[in-house]
Amino acid sequence: MHPLARIALALGLAFLYGPILLLVVYSFNESRLVTVWGGFSTRWYAALLADSALVAATTVTLKVALASASLATVLGTLAAFALDRRRLPGRPLLSGLVYAPMVMPEVITGLSLLLLFVGLGIDRGLVTIVIAHATFTLSFVAVVVQARLRSIDRSLLEAAADLGAPPEQVFFTVTLPLIAPAVIAGFLLAFTLSMDDLVIASFVSGPGATTLPMRLYSQVRLGVTPEINAISTLLIAAVSLGVLAASLIAARRGRAAGVPV
Amino acid sequence: MTALAERLRQVAGPVLAFGWLAAFFGLPFAIVLKISLSDPATALPPYTPVLDWEAGIAGWANLLAALDFENYRTLVRDPLYLDAALTSLAVAAGGTALLAVIGYPIAYAMARAARRWQPLLVALMVVPFWTSFLIRVYAWIAILKGDGFLNRALLALGLIDQPLAILNSPAAVMVGVVYAYLPFMVLPLYAALERLDRGLIEAARDLGASRLGAFLSITLPLSLPGLVAGALLCFIPIVGEFIIPDLLGGADTLMLGRVLWSEFFSNRDWPLASAVAMAMLLLVALPVVLFREAEARRLEREP
Repeated sequence: MHPLARIALALGLAFLYGPILLLVVYSFNESRLVTVWGGFSTRWYAALLADSALVAATTVTLKVALASASLATVLGTLAAFALDRRRLPGRPLLSGLVYAPMVMPEVITGLSLLLLFVGLGIDRGLVTIVIAHATFTLSFVAVVVQARLRSIDRSLLEAAADLGAPPEQVFFTVTLPLIAPAVIAGFLLAFTLSMDDLVIASFVSGPGATTLPMRLYSQVRLGVTPEINAISTLLIAAVSLGVLAASLIAARRGRAAGVPV
Repeated sequence: MTALAERLRQVAGPVLAFGWLAAFFGLPFAIVLKISLSDPATALPPYTPVLDWEAGIAGWANLLAALDFENYRTLVRDPLYLDAALTSLAVAAGGTALLAVIGYPIAYAMARAARRWQPLLVALMVVPFWTSFLIRVYAWIAILKGDGFLNRALLALGLIDQPLAILNSPAAVMVGVVYAYLPFMVLPLYAALERLDRGLIEAARDLGASRLGAFLSITLPLSLPGLVAGALLCFIPIVGEFIIPDLLGGADTLMLGRVLWSEFFSNRDWPLASAVAMAMLLLVALPVVLFREAEARRLEREP
């Protein structure tokens, strides 16, 4: 590699990871002054467990993420199958409907969904956050699964059908195992996007349904504190482990599926 | 019977998926449009409904009579909204340009790295995307604030005498935008550069083109689809960005997303917030349409 390219890469990665690294390191800072090192300590992590509102918000977030990611995985996979068809009436409109939520500014998605819920007289709370999150994350699932569908070997499906397998059996024994890594990746992506969302949840949530990002945001507005650094570090650790597990699963499944039968 | 069941099965999936999107993504926009045309009220919900569904034909007649563009007139008249729109566009355009300049060398270096390192490099670009947006923006407060890491480092090095006031300035918003959206620019660019046939560059060099000449006539044009995709993936969400200007920007970096937020949550003026949303939608609709066209052309070329 050219030395200049090496420098560009190194600078780029330092820029991406430096701020996160600083935040993680200073979550173990003894001092309450967040930019002055005062020795190693885990006291801020102990303080987190005592914060019952934080624990409650974490529970809400995990519930919402699990429910909305499951819903988004089913709907997104269905959308991917539909878009993968050779003949699909109204394709430009339908594919636009699938892709648009990914780039739509969150404030617009949040406001419009809230107005829908109010218009329909649906009480705001956990359910409305789940619906909202499933709606914007299903697009990401659809894109990931569709990319995989496009790359699978059609002759395998035809062979199974030629050998007399009914469509359901072809789907469950051939298609699904082939796209499983993408479906799992899509689920994990939807899960993290849901866990991360502040803007849309703020619009559509109601009393008693405060998510972790909403709770974090109300504290972040007051300034930098070691407690926020500690909870952020825990979140980053959880996500990193999740991504690592997902890529390991995908790599193993990918190899297994790639073995010629 | 089985043929009918099969047809049902084939239709049910798409109907469920697209029906969901139509109900929870398409329909809400119609409601936003409707409410942007109604008057604010101090009730719950805080707007005067323009259309009374139970009133039938008379309701529709009332609808047409009650529609007014008062909220949109406010948007045009009050310089606050025009300023916010211009700031949003300026930050989005400037940020996207900066992202292209910073992201291109990184994507280029990734595409030129040894094959076996490339999956790792892509993963390193993707991981920040999985990490909470809020946390990543928050991390910059500690760096940019008056007694933050940056000022401490610069003071210690003797480069400045007084701490710089970066936090709560347009510069901080720009830093936040570039930081948060860098993977969105780098990954599509990398995808385009990685596919590029190096033989073409060698051929150009053999035929006497300089390094720069080969880059300008081969590499840059062939990576243009990636650049366009990256630019749109950055530009559109930045126009509506709320978290970055709210946490890093000052009172003067008022962007549309922030205006919409405060109209809704602080002023409880839902009709005006809806009008801001429609205006923002208009600003981003054009790039979306262009992106779709480009995507369609690309998919046609490589079936």
